[in-house]
Amino acid sequence: MSDVAERVKKIVIEHLGVDADKVVDNANFIEDLGADSLDTVELVMAFEEEFSVEIPDDAAETIVTVGDAVRFLDKATAAS
Amino acid sequence: MSETVTVPTGTLMQGKRGLIMGVANDHSIAWGIAKALHAQGAELAFTYQGEALGKRVKPLAAKVGSSLVLPCDVEDLGSVDAVFDAIGKTWGSLDFVAHCIAYSAKNELKGRYADTTRENFARTMLISAFSFTEVAKRAAPLMTQGGSLVTLSFGGATRVMPNYNVMGVAKAALEAGVRYLAADYGPSGIRVNAISAGPIRTLAGAGIADARFMFNFQKSHAPLRRTVTIEDVGGSALYLLSDLSNGVTGELHYVDAGYNIISMPHPDSLKADEANL
Repeated sequence: MSDVAERVKKIVIEHLGVDADKVVDNANFIEDLGADSLDTVELVMAFEEEFSVEIPDDAAETIVTVGDAVRFLDKATAAS
Repeated sequence: MSETVTVPTGTLMQGKRGLIMGVANDHSIAWGIAKALHAQGAELAFTYQGEALGKRVKPLAAKVGSSLVLPCDVEDLGSVDAVFDAIGKTWGSLDFVAHCIAYSAKNELKGRYADTTRENFARTMLISAFSFTEVAKRAAPLMTQGGSLVTLSFGGATRVMPNYNVMGVAKAALEAGVRYLAADYGPSGIRVNAISAGPIRTLAGAGIADARFMFNFQKSHAPLRRTVTIEDVGGSALYLLSDLSNGVTGELHYVDAGYNIISMPHPDSLKADEANL
């Protein structure tokens, strides 16, 4: 597992208070991990802080699973 | 992600009790204000709107030793009455209020202000501007030894900020309301002021389209070359809510790294922007 994936999963586990084994690539924040709409905004903000990147509004809307976040942040951190 | 920020401790607010309205999470400006007041010995009550926010506010309130955490939806005046009834019964009096509440439909925090709907205009004005008047009216009778109220505004109230739209109009009404409330309650020793904070990354701020451009622009061009933190606003709110500002009322106090004084960015920073293109 990439360093990015590990850091993303750590944030998700801490923020949503879910078991680590549920935080898999295709886990949907809302449907599978019990996030509410405020959680999804908070998660995006937490990713921005952790990785010192900006996640534009339209990109944020496409980040609905753990894997979406990892893929976006992999690219964003590689580019910077 | 949660860096430790030190807040000045002391006894400035010892024996004072106040209400903080509008904490959403530990990134909220209202939370920055609560921390600053708590560190100076204030006793705090909190309100939250709906259970989704309640579950976020309650653990934070516990951190500052608050046991008075009440539901309040300013659209439901009965719930506002209930908050001040509870404070009256529990504390008997009140020294300060921080009102940090605003709302607009997210789809109108982008595009043109001209396209604001009648329905969202009315709702935005009620929640973001008039609620402060209704809160002040209920807080004042409890402020038997005088008191201080603070609300939060933004530079989009006085000058155009893209996408801020109807919220800018509501904040302008809020700022005007501060002056009228200051005149109404001044004879009772109750002061009313507003803080116009620079943009801060908060849950509420995330509702404004393309807000990141606003942060970056202000960071590059404000005199202090940075954006402000919730601790910056907390320090200024502490001043306005404590006796340090006893001679101040009806003020709009900018906590924005100086951005509001700037008419045009310095050419040096514009050249740097060009070089980065």
